[in-house]
Amino acid sequence: MSRERLEGTIIRILRVVGLLFFIAIVAFPFYWMIVSSFKSLEEIVLKPANLGLDIRKIDFHAYYEVLFRHGFLRYISNSVYVSIATVVLSVSLATVGGYAVTRLHFRGQGFMSYGILLIYMFPAIVLVIPLYVIFSRMGLRDSINVLILVYLAQTLPVALYMLRSYFQTLPAEMEHAGLVDGCSRIGVIWRIVIPLSAPALASVALYTFMIAWNEFLFAFMFLDTPEKFTLSRGVVQLAGSVHLSKQLVMAASVMVTIPILVLFFFFERRLVRGLTAGAMKG
Amino acid sequence: MVNSQLKRRTPTLLNQESRLAFWMLVPTFTVVLAFVIFPVIWNVWLSLKPVSLGDLRGASLFKFNLALENFQKVFSDPDFVQALLTTLIYTVAGSTLSILLGLIAALLVHGEFPGRGLLRGLFISPYIAPVVAVAFTWSFILDPQLGVLNWLAVDRGLFAQPIPFLSQRWWELDLMGVRVRLPLALTSVILFEGWRYFPFAFLFILARLQAIPDDLYQAASVDGASPFQRFYHITLPQLATVLSTLFLFRFIWTFNKFDDIFLLTRGQAGTKVLTIKVYDYAFGEFNIGASSAVAMVLFAVLSVFLLIYFRWIAKDP
Repeated sequence: MSRERLEGTIIRILRVVGLLFFIAIVAFPFYWMIVSSFKSLEEIVLKPANLGLDIRKIDFHAYYEVLFRHGFLRYISNSVYVSIATVVLSVSLATVGGYAVTRLHFRGQGFMSYGILLIYMFPAIVLVIPLYVIFSRMGLRDSINVLILVYLAQTLPVALYMLRSYFQTLPAEMEHAGLVDGCSRIGVIWRIVIPLSAPALASVALYTFMIAWNEFLFAFMFLDTPEKFTLSRGVVQLAGSVHLSKQLVMAASVMVTIPILVLFFFFERRLVRGLTAGAMKG
Repeated sequence: MVNSQLKRRTPTLLNQESRLAFWMLVPTFTVVLAFVIFPVIWNVWLSLKPVSLGDLRGASLFKFNLALENFQKVFSDPDFVQALLTTLIYTVAGSTLSILLGLIAALLVHGEFPGRGLLRGLFISPYIAPVVAVAFTWSFILDPQLGVLNWLAVDRGLFAQPIPFLSQRWWELDLMGVRVRLPLALTSVILFEGWRYFPFAFLFILARLQAIPDDLYQAASVDGASPFQRFYHITLPQLATVLSTLFLFRFIWTFNKFDDIFLLTRGQAGTKVLTIKVYDYAFGEFNIGASSAVAMVLFAVLSVFLLIYFRWIAKDP
């Protein structure tokens, strides 16, 4: 066998083995999360090594309990509200700002691009204590709307940066035509730039939604009142209050994970573009 | 006077544009100023004052009584050096592992085969899923009492007894007669870091792999280079830039990572990194000043790395 063929065979074998390994380590935790959420407490405690799920014994009780006894119905609606509000605010401000940075001439334009990137590198753990202090002082800390503003600040720089890169690829001629025809700048953005940028806007929206939906640290530090909890905050609360009932924590984890994974599998290409363009912090 | 001369020389249209740009950017500036720049400056102030969690209501928060006390306390804490060391091990090992796994995954998925899109999607999911969900799932899997991993391993005779992966500091190992002490919880947390963040490296490396021109490989094939030689002499050099950039980014972010360790171990069993110290000082000892001082240390390290990034890497796009 030639070296070429030998190595080719080795590579093929390694590839199959490697792929199986990765599929196993990536898929298993998600599989286990879902399977465990359908088990009863008895099953969890007495048969911890049972890898399968008996179809006849599927138990929705964990979901019922988490949704109605542990307030997750409320947390879901809070998370939806927080995430959508963050997306709407972040995408609108980033569109307007990104347009200004790309198309308008002003002093400090170059500084802006670097400045944006710099801001985006600031870690949350450095910001959270000072924000905690000042919001506590002002009596604003335990508030969903303040949380939205914090998420806005976390996502806006990247959103603006991503849209700026996209706007630069759009031809300016159409906008000039619009301006000559008597459109205002805002009119140009609304009628020309936004329709042309639909794919980029979708990427940015998905990216922003994911950040807001998944965020843990600020929600954990800021929110005290259970009625205001987001899902992530609620899961932490639940995990701290139940000991053996892992099926409850898993059911709660499924509820916070599934929406984002479904969204991701539907719009995979969009999100991948958003991730690589924005180089998401994490 | 200089100002008015400048104004006269600038065309009105440009002036108008500047003003418009200003108004379009005001919301962004305000948000960033209030929620990013201000906290950083405010943190400097807090780090120089004796502030406890109980002082948040009184007037002392704004009193001008600055001192270096907090830094003295932080640096003389016997835990500090240990936390710094743990942070460095966690950061270097975690970044390296996630990039290595990302590289392998990208090489596996690169090329044409059925189901490739699905695999790519699957491989990114650890990174997309909420950190609370995956952290609690892994804690459950690794749990010594109810965890599936320990039960399976004990049933199959792999482990003599369940191993508390996330709550035991050291694990004594007998490697061919040599006794080795492995920092168990720290290793588990590093493995989690590799698992959760390899997709980040995977995405970037995959994109770069696809951009390598095919003729390079064809030319090498014609010259008789074997697949492994082609990988070593073409693929790796082509990936050098993206790998070093990834390492820098992962290093910065892992150094400042809080969520993952906090959710997995709360910083117990030898996993106390500096970010956990920030939290512990503030909410364990109610010492906001010391907490802010640790945050300043993190920020100083970050600044050094950002400087490196903007000086040497961001220069050539």
